[in-house]
Amino acid sequence: MPTRRRRESVLTYAVVGPFALVLAFPFYWMLWTALKTDGDLYNTENNPFGFAQGSPTLDNVRFLFEQTDYLRWLGNTALVGAVVVLITLAIALPAGYALARLSGRWGQSLGVGIFLVYLVPPTLLFLPLSRLIAELGLQDSLWALVLVYPSFTIPFATWLLMGFFKTIPRELEDAALVDGASRIRSLLHVVFPISLPGILTVVIFSFSLCVNEFVYALAFITQSSSKTISTGIYTELIRGDVFFWGALMAATLIPSIPLALLYNTFLDRFIAGFTGGAFR
Amino acid sequence: MWLDRPVEVLARHPGKKRRRDLLEQRRFLGPALISPAIIFIALLVGAPLGLSVYLSLTNATAGSLSGDFVGLDNFTTQWSDPNFRTAFKNTIVFTLIANLIVVVGASVLAHFLIRPFRGKWILRFLILLPWAAPVALSTIGFLWIFDSLFSVVNWVLRSLSLVDAFNPPQWLGDPTLALAAITTVHAWRLLPFATVIMIAGLASIPNEVNDAARVDGATGLKKLWFVTLPLQLPIATIAVLFGIVFTATDMAVVYILTRGGPFNSTQMLPMWAFQTGINSGSLGPGAAIALYLLPVLALVTVLMLLFARRVEVT
Repeated sequence: MPTRRRRESVLTYAVVGPFALVLAFPFYWMLWTALKTDGDLYNTENNPFGFAQGSPTLDNVRFLFEQTDYLRWLGNTALVGAVVVLITLAIALPAGYALARLSGRWGQSLGVGIFLVYLVPPTLLFLPLSRLIAELGLQDSLWALVLVYPSFTIPFATWLLMGFFKTIPRELEDAALVDGASRIRSLLHVVFPISLPGILTVVIFSFSLCVNEFVYALAFITQSSSKTISTGIYTELIRGDVFFWGALMAATLIPSIPLALLYNTFLDRFIAGFTGGAFR
Repeated sequence: MWLDRPVEVLARHPGKKRRRDLLEQRRFLGPALISPAIIFIALLVGAPLGLSVYLSLTNATAGSLSGDFVGLDNFTTQWSDPNFRTAFKNTIVFTLIANLIVVVGASVLAHFLIRPFRGKWILRFLILLPWAAPVALSTIGFLWIFDSLFSVVNWVLRSLSLVDAFNPPQWLGDPTLALAAITTVHAWRLLPFATVIMIAGLASIPNEVNDAARVDGATGLKKLWFVTLPLQLPIATIAVLFGIVFTATDMAVVYILTRGGPFNSTQMLPMWAFQTGINSGSLGPGAAIALYLLPVLALVTVLMLLFARRVEVT
């Protein structure tokens, strides 16, 4: 038995190791690039895996924080993500519940219908929406993104929560109803608390969709102080033909690591939420 | 929020029976809970989508949201446009190859990551990184990795004497290599998420099933083929569905890596729609291009969701 177990664990490392190496390599490379001086970076004689000519240095990171609106972009991204997640939950929680419990047979079709909305590409909605943003006077405002992002987070969240609520036994709620609680009360005090893994899945997924969004953010916001990280870095650190490679790489690395830590920490909950939800 | 109010009212005025009865009725409560979502979607997706469908039937140009009605001209003109053809073909090729890599890689990876082992936390962290990084930013990372002069890939290949030092591969300058580069980036960024979904699928297989398989003498490959894989199929379908949607509708990767170049050889539908409709201001044709994608995706989605549910029931 011990030998078999050992063989299995060797196999695990032999498979998982290379995958981790390939998937994480770009980040290792970002770190190395971020730590280099321009002189070192642009000298093809130098071994790119080593350091020379003044490297390693924190100059690129300093440039990022002192000469650009980087902190502002991080803050904007977090703010937009948080507000959009709240709006998404406020709208998708009741809708997902109603689709799962209250609306009978057509609930399923309506649920899939709502998920299909998620497939409508931004390119198609983009022109009418930019007119709407202009009419509302929201150009260059983070509120433009807060208004538009739920258009892709709500369909997905509603569909996922619908699946999740279906896995919660009806008897639990019936018990609360028999005890004299109203339907809304049983929803708030019985159903939502045990749905936390599903809710957490929706929070993580919606937040990650907002952080990743590129097209709307690129089009609706041109003023540096209102940009999010996805577009701020792309538009402000690439000036014509000049790429601030060191700063670009530092800028990518800084938000990625805490986000990956966060995802890794909550992964088991996320998985529980997804098994409960996605394919019921 | 609006949900809180009825509870408050109930608590303070237990005598207000009518309102309470109304909220207890399924006929009323269901629509009341769904309608905010429906209204929001109708206003922010339905209405703009309708307007885009209208635009696709006109010759509207930038600056105005109306034009002369031209019927299906935009659709037929695009269908015979070589750039559109390339974009259409590329969208399918990118999506299929990237997702094939993802589904195979994720199945293998999930199979190992579901069990505990020493160092799992750190390895899982490294594997999750591509999912955590905003796609526009990690694509800039790849822009640097595939740089024409300072590409680290070429440096390694050169030091191993695998490529000509004076004429190294131009990863983003050669049509075939650029297609491969874009596919790689898509597969790379989707693999972690697909793995997570697959782990979810494996985790949902009840222990009794594994026990039953052991009692019946199914072990190793036999168990994998007859027990684990069929049970993993529905969730794998969901993983592929997400992969397809993310790859086919994404614009950031192509936009940052090649902008559809060289010579439109790496065009894909969202990018071509953006360039036609927004950069060149031909709203009608731009909308028509984007509309080609929609029915295809909708069909794929419905089929895959039906399949996932059917497999699960049987």
